[in-house]
Amino acid sequence: MTASRKSMGLHLGVLVVLAALFFILPPYHTGNMARIMVLAIYAMGYNFLFGYTGLLSLGHALFFAAGMYGFGMTVTQLGLPVPVAFAFGILAAAVVSLVIGLLALRTSGVAFMIVTLMFAQAGYLTILYFGEYTRGDEGFVIKQAQRTVAGIDLTSEAGRYGAAFILFAICFLLLARLVQSPFGRTLIAIRENEERTRMLGYDATRLKLQAIVVSGAVSGMGGATYALLFGYVGATFATVQYSIFPLLWVLLGGAGTTVGPLIGVLFMFYLIDISSSYTDAYMLIAGVVLVLLTMFAPQGLAGELRKRVMPWLP
Amino acid sequence: MATVNILHTSGLTKTYAGIKANTDVDFELAQGKITALIGPNGAGKSTFVGMVSGRIEATRGQVFFEGKDISKLPAHKRIQLGIAYTFQITSVFPGLTLHENVALAARRAFRGDEAAVDAKVRTVLTRVGLGERANQIAGDQSYGHQRLLEIAMGFAQDPKVFILDEPTQGLAESEVQDFIQLMKSLAGEVTILLIEHNMTVVMETADHITVLDQGMVLANGTPSEIHENAAVQAAYLGTTDAED
Ligand SMILES: Nc1ncnc2c1ncn2[C@@H]1O[C@H](COP(=O)(O)OP(=O)(O)OP(=O)(O)O)[C@@H](O)[C@H]1O
Ligand SMILES: [Mg+2]
Repeated sequence: MTASRKSMGLHLGVLVVLAALFFILPPYHTGNMARIMVLAIYAMGYNFLFGYTGLLSLGHALFFAAGMYGFGMTVTQLGLPVPVAFAFGILAAAVVSLVIGLLALRTSGVAFMIVTLMFAQAGYLTILYFGEYTRGDEGFVIKQAQRTVAGIDLTSEAGRYGAAFILFAICFLLLARLVQSPFGRTLIAIRENEERTRMLGYDATRLKLQAIVVSGAVSGMGGATYALLFGYVGATFATVQYSIFPLLWVLLGGAGTTVGPLIGVLFMFYLIDISSSYTDAYMLIAGVVLVLLTMFAPQGLAGELRKRVMPWLP
Repeated sequence: MATVNILHTSGLTKTYAGIKANTDVDFELAQGKITALIGPNGAGKSTFVGMVSGRIEATRGQVFFEGKDISKLPAHKRIQLGIAYTFQITSVFPGLTLHENVALAARRAFRGDEAAVDAKVRTVLTRVGLGERANQIAGDQSYGHQRLLEIAMGFAQDPKVFILDEPTQGLAESEVQDFIQLMKSLAGEVTILLIEHNMTVVMETADHITVLDQGMVLANGTPSEIHENAAVQAAYLGTTDAED
C-alpha cells in the first residue's frame, strides 16, 4: 500500500469512527464529542500555521473570535440567513488574518509571538470597546430560531452532532490534502529551513502570508461553528487563554500531523473532565499529565506514533 | 572567439560596519564555462556570491544577468531566473527525505507535474551517487552525503548559472574525485561559478580563474596563467594547497 493510500484509509477511518460514536455513546458523551470536533476545527487551523509552517502565533483567539462575531453579529443583528452569515464569519477571519499577517510577518520568532499576542489583545479590547454592538464581556445568545439550517434544528442532539461532524470532516479532509500538496510541502520546507527554501526560488514571505490566511480562515470557521452550535458569542473567546488552548492541544496531539489536533483536544477535554470528577485539584492532575507527556512524548501523541510505527502519517 | 558573458557585476561592494568585505568588484562569468573564484580565507568570496544570488544585500554596485540588471531583485526572483546556489555551510532540509529535498528544488520548474518531478529527482540523485538513499532522512546522512545532496538540489533546478561555495570542503578524497568527474561531465551544459580551496579541483576543472584578495579582484586568467602569477603566489603565501 502506498503512503497516500494508507493516509486516505486512516482519514476515512477516523471519520467512520466519529460517525459511529454518535450511535454508540450516551448523550452526555455525544455532546462532548460535538464540542471536541468543533474545537478540533480551531486546533487544525492553528496546526496549519504552527505545525506545518513553523510559525508560533499567540494570537489565534483573534481569528476564532473574528469568525464567531462575524457570524454571530450578522445573523442576529442583520438577520442574514445562516449559510450567508457563516460564510461571512469565515471571510471576516480571513481578512483579519491577512491584515495581521501583513504586519506580523515583518517579524519572526519571539517577536512574531509577541506581535500576534498584542494584536489579539487589541482585538479583545476592541470587542469590549464596541460593547454597544458586541455586548462586551456579557456576550449574547443566538436564538434557536436562528440556528436552523434547511429545516434542521442544530440545537437538537443529532442536528448538532451531525453539523459538527460534517464541518469537521470538510476541514479534516481538505487540510490533509493541502498539506500533501506542493503548497503544503513548501510550507513544511519553510518550517524546516526557511533560508534554503528562499534560495530554491520560493517567495517564502508570500507563502507564509497565504498560510496565515488559511490558518486564520479555518480557525474562524471553528469560531463560527462554535457560535452556531452552542448559541453563545462572548468576549471570553477572544482572551489570551483561547490563544493558548490551540497551542496546547496541538503540542499534545502532535504538531504537524493531520490527526494531532483532534487527538489533542480529545485528550485534554477528557483529562479535565475525568480528573475533575475525582478531585477539585483537577488542574493539578492535568498539569502533571501535561508535563509527563512533554517529557516522554515531546512530539505529541500522533508525533510519537509517526516516529515509531507510522512514518507515512501526513 | 568572443566569449559570451551570461553574468557580470560592476562595482559590487559590501561593507559590514566598517569592514570592507568586497570593494568595487567587476567580474565576468563566461557562458557554458567553469569559472573558479579563489582567494585566501576572508577574501570575500562568499560575500561576493551572496550578493550575486541576492542572499546578501549589496552596499552598492550592480549585477547583470543575461544583459538585465537584476540588482534590485530579491533572492527568490534571481533563483527563478536560473541562478542556483549551494551554501558553504551545508543547508538542507534535515527532517525530510533526500527525495523530498531534491523534489523541493525541482518542483518549481514542473508546475504540478509530480510524476515528472519524481523522475527528475531519481535522475539527479543517481547522478550524484545518492540514488540508493532516496528515502532516507537528510539529517541522518554523513556530512559528505549532505554536501552531495546540496549539489543535487542545485542540479535539480536545471540552472543556467550554478554557484557552488566550497562544495568539496570536508569531502573524502574519493568523493572529491567523483566531484571532479561530475564537474567535467557538465562541461558546456551549465555555467558554473565555483569557489574552491582545493587547488587540485580548481586546476582540473576550471576554464577560467578569478582571484579575490582582501575584497578586491587580484587577478584573472586561465589556470596556467594564474599558476604562474607572482601576485597570486604572494597573496597565498603559506596558505596554498596544504590548507585542505
Ligand atoms: N555577516 C557578517 N558580518 C560582519 N562581517 C562579515 C560578515 N560576513 C562576512 N564578514 C567578513 O567579511 C569578510 C569576507 O568574508 P567571506 O565569508 O566573504 O570570505 P570568504 O572568502 O568566503 O572566506 P572563506 O574562504 O573563509 O569562506 C571577512 O573578513 C568576514 O569576517
Ligand atoms: Mg566563504
